[in-house]
Amino acid sequence: MSLWASTSQTIGPFFSIGLTRIKQDNLVGEGVSGERVTIEGRMLDGDGKPVPDGLVETWQANAHGKYAHPEDDQDKSLEAGFKGYGRVMTDDQGKFQFATIKPGSVPAPDGKTQAPHIAVSVFARGLERRLVTRIYFPDEPSNSSDFALNLVEPERRETLIARKVADQSGVLEWNIILQGSGETVFFDCGL
Amino acid sequence: MAKIVGYRRPYIGTQPNHLHPSYVSSIKRAPSKPLIYLPHTLSEITGPLFDEESVDVKASDLTKQHSGQPLGERIVVSGRVIDEDGRPVRETLIEIWQANAAGRYLHKRDQHDAPLDPNFTGCGHTVTDSEGRYRFVTIRPGEYPWGNHHNAWRPAHIHFSLFGPAFATRLITQMFFPGDPLIPFDPIFNCTADEKARNRLISVFDWETTIPSQALGYRFDIVLSGREATPMEI
Repeated sequence: MSLWASTSQTIGPFFSIGLTRIKQDNLVGEGVSGERVTIEGRMLDGDGKPVPDGLVETWQANAHGKYAHPEDDQDKSLEAGFKGYGRVMTDDQGKFQFATIKPGSVPAPDGKTQAPHIAVSVFARGLERRLVTRIYFPDEPSNSSDFALNLVEPERRETLIARKVADQSGVLEWNIILQGSGETVFFDCGL
Repeated sequence: MAKIVGYRRPYIGTQPNHLHPSYVSSIKRAPSKPLIYLPHTLSEITGPLFDEESVDVKASDLTKQHSGQPLGERIVVSGRVIDEDGRPVRETLIEIWQANAAGRYLHKRDQHDAPLDPNFTGCGHTVTDSEGRYRFVTIRPGEYPWGNHHNAWRPAHIHFSLFGPAFATRLITQMFFPGDPLIPFDPIFNCTADEKARNRLISVFDWETTIPSQALGYRFDIVLSGREATPMEI
């Protein structure tokens, strides 16, 4: 038997009334290991205007490269204070921000490992389906051999790699450009 | 190393295109470049899990969140969450939000000139049981005007957000009501090419869950992506 997955519909402009309860802008609980990072950015539309009604959800492994999920059967440690899920909304200027740790590496389909990355879902009024993208980390040697980054033409890869912010240690900038010049790379992940 | 079994990709025409010009907000927000096909890895077949402990049991009755009764017609919205193989999706979080009976959201940006209801917030959540079943009690939301085109009105609808077992199964959708005359004119509903797929967003009136003298029942089943049959070597 094969049914069809239900049709996606836009999150609309008023989702915050339903989705604020599990807002998660600080993923780091007590006793969590790993390099602390704050990731901040803006969501912009095809005219470069801020998207004030966007939702950004993130999913990542802990610093050991282990997901808090039963299908991750790697022999690596879980940490009670780190679930790996983030959810933040953009503000009137299209800004969003969350605090997390840099994840460890996880396996890739080519038998190698993937460079540290955060899986991201982007929702907004005007988007009938979520947009899937990834955040990678600057100064990370394994980026050059990462299988997903290598699916992307070289001149667009930088849209997936967060940038250091001058004079702000531990802060990374990563923007979501929905359309046009500098458009973020979005992946076809299925639904 | 374990084999990765990914999730199935949508059948052609059953999901909306990103750009759908009659839905005006998509024009400047839909990506202009083709999406890049991403094989599923451990990052996509895992995802956040929310169990019974993370939910407030009272949150599934939207008519009992304040001291008084909300205005409008009480309804029961229930159904099952299953995957494309018909298997129940157990213990998965469902979040809903909606307008009140007058067609107004409790949101600072909703400027529609219709009254707020002090006894209705319009949001709820629950988790599915071991058979994938869920149930909400709420009021039937009102239709409301929006600025998409001249004399544009949204059909009555309830927003649904679901996670399923993996990052790859995340779904946000809307539930509509049978017989709503606004549905054929709604560009958001019409973004999906396949008529059968679209029409599955319309709930079904349900005698079995209708409570005598209390509330009409509507059934709304939700299907999340199913598993691929063939494992890939990783």
